[in-house]
Amino acid sequence: MSLHLKTAAELGRGIRAGEFSSAEVTRHFLDRIGQGNGRLNAFITVTAERALEDARRADAAVAAGKGGLLTGVPLAHKDIFCTSGVLTTCGSRMLSNFVSPYDATVVARLAAAGMVTLGKTNMDEFAMGSSNETSFFGPVRNPWDEERVPGGSSGGSAAAVAARLAPVATGTDTGGSIRQPAALTGLTGVKPTYGRVSRYGMIAFASSLDQGGVLAQTAEDAALVLEAMSGFDPRDSTSVDAPVPAYSAQLDRPVKGLKIGVIREFFGEGLDPATGDAVQAALEVYRSLGAELVELSLPALPLSVPTYYVVAPAECSSNLSRFDGVRFGYRCESPTDLHDLYTRSRGEGFGAEVKRRIMTGTYVLSAGYYDAYYLKAQKVRNLINADFKRAFAEVDLLAGPTTPTPAFGIGAKVDDPITMYLNDIYTIGANLAGLPALSAPCGLVDGLPVGLQLIGPHFAEPRLLEAAHAYQRETDWHRRAPSAWA
Amino acid sequence: MISQGFFARFLAFGVNVTLTRRDVENIAQLARLRIAEEELPVYVGSLSRIIEFVEQLGSAETDEVEPMAHPLEDQVQRLRPDEPTETDHREEYQRNAPAVEAGLYIVPKVIE
Repeated sequence: MSLHLKTAAELGRGIRAGEFSSAEVTRHFLDRIGQGNGRLNAFITVTAERALEDARRADAAVAAGKGGLLTGVPLAHKDIFCTSGVLTTCGSRMLSNFVSPYDATVVARLAAAGMVTLGKTNMDEFAMGSSNETSFFGPVRNPWDEERVPGGSSGGSAAAVAARLAPVATGTDTGGSIRQPAALTGLTGVKPTYGRVSRYGMIAFASSLDQGGVLAQTAEDAALVLEAMSGFDPRDSTSVDAPVPAYSAQLDRPVKGLKIGVIREFFGEGLDPATGDAVQAALEVYRSLGAELVELSLPALPLSVPTYYVVAPAECSSNLSRFDGVRFGYRCESPTDLHDLYTRSRGEGFGAEVKRRIMTGTYVLSAGYYDAYYLKAQKVRNLINADFKRAFAEVDLLAGPTTPTPAFGIGAKVDDPITMYLNDIYTIGANLAGLPALSAPCGLVDGLPVGLQLIGPHFAEPRLLEAAHAYQRETDWHRRAPSAWA
Repeated sequence: MISQGFFARFLAFGVNVTLTRRDVENIAQLARLRIAEEELPVYVGSLSRIIEFVEQLGSAETDEVEPMAHPLEDQVQRLRPDEPTETDHREEYQRNAPAVEAGLYIVPKVIE
């Protein structure tokens, strides 16, 4: 089997067994990026030299008998993770000249696990978008149909792994930015519990929602990488000080007896019928494995999109105030005074969607409107949280579709922000409540992948990964690569 | 693909344009964003639609509900001892600055 069709776990095993070296694997992926990236625009920066250096180090470690499960396995980082000495743009003109002086904790941990960094992937500007069309570096194309979007905001990571330009990639998820692109490109994408993965060096969008995670071919790969990137970090004040279970070691637990709640609100009007059928068929697989399916209602959940579009812009307007054209990032030409420097640097450095969100946030936080919007949204957020809590008193996991439809055309939704925002209608709830959730491929609709979403209670990553793994042992959707890239 | 009713349910919510051009100019000013004259109408339209869209939160009964302070219950902001942990990285950090002189960040004259 060609190297690029192997999973990260298989590559790690092969490198340790001496079947091939990390240097060979790394060169293979760098060649594929060189040939394919022009079509997909998945990478903003390729770090070839550094990758080959990482690979040599990994091969030496393996030769010395010090190889771990991921030693020598290449990966790509979403360009939201600061990477020491490497351009870190966050998909924005604002940071188009920013060379990070330090590594994000996620980057440092995966390097310490022996992984090889291939480069930095394209993304919606500051992770604000659901189609990867808001990037300053241009849209990313979906390898399953290059006229369609890969989803967003981790669209470059999704396209890179789907086209097998990288075996696995990091992502971040504020309202669905790992799960939605994973669904639209046929990948397994995991957004862990809030606080599970350090946000140090992960450029902030909405700090009460942002969480780093992984886009992989399989639940096994996701488990391996998540295990290596998770854990307490004193440099992130929201990092949770709790041990990280060995996710990859307990994947084989059976799902027999597992109680899965099927969210009624996710199967109503608005769900593309063929996508719904694929998800229902996946649920039947669980039933055949001995899981119990229970239909549940979470009545406040339909309010998650408007709640999100108050909370996330409010937090973004605050977080993005750091970009002032003074200490780093873009500065406008010949500012006349300090005010001109601020307003023009920000006006020119940010794209339209980012400006729209900053202004939405500024409005909902402004004097006289705070109670009506922000406070109200934080209360509704608690109602949504309470719905989830009630549900998890009855069931182990919740299930539904990840997205309402398969991938849409490039340009199809750019004119109307609300239509674009509704792509995340099924994914936002988990962010508002800080819950772990994943998307796993569960079928093809007109040749385009769709995803099954599983949501768990806080810190239920093992259950989620086990359940996805059990499904992937029964089906082969996760092993399908787009034919043009296989 | 997607049924029209689904979107209609959201899109029909609130029909009045809630923001004026003047409002958007004020918001942009507060956010320190220069918006080009010709782009203003686009933002008036899209921001109005977003504000109308989030108005549906008003339909939720929240009189007895506390605002959510943290996604994880019982999780509070962790404090650290007030001890220096960072070393001096000024030169390294200033390599990313648009204008630096003698270790200082340079901006246009503030006081005449």
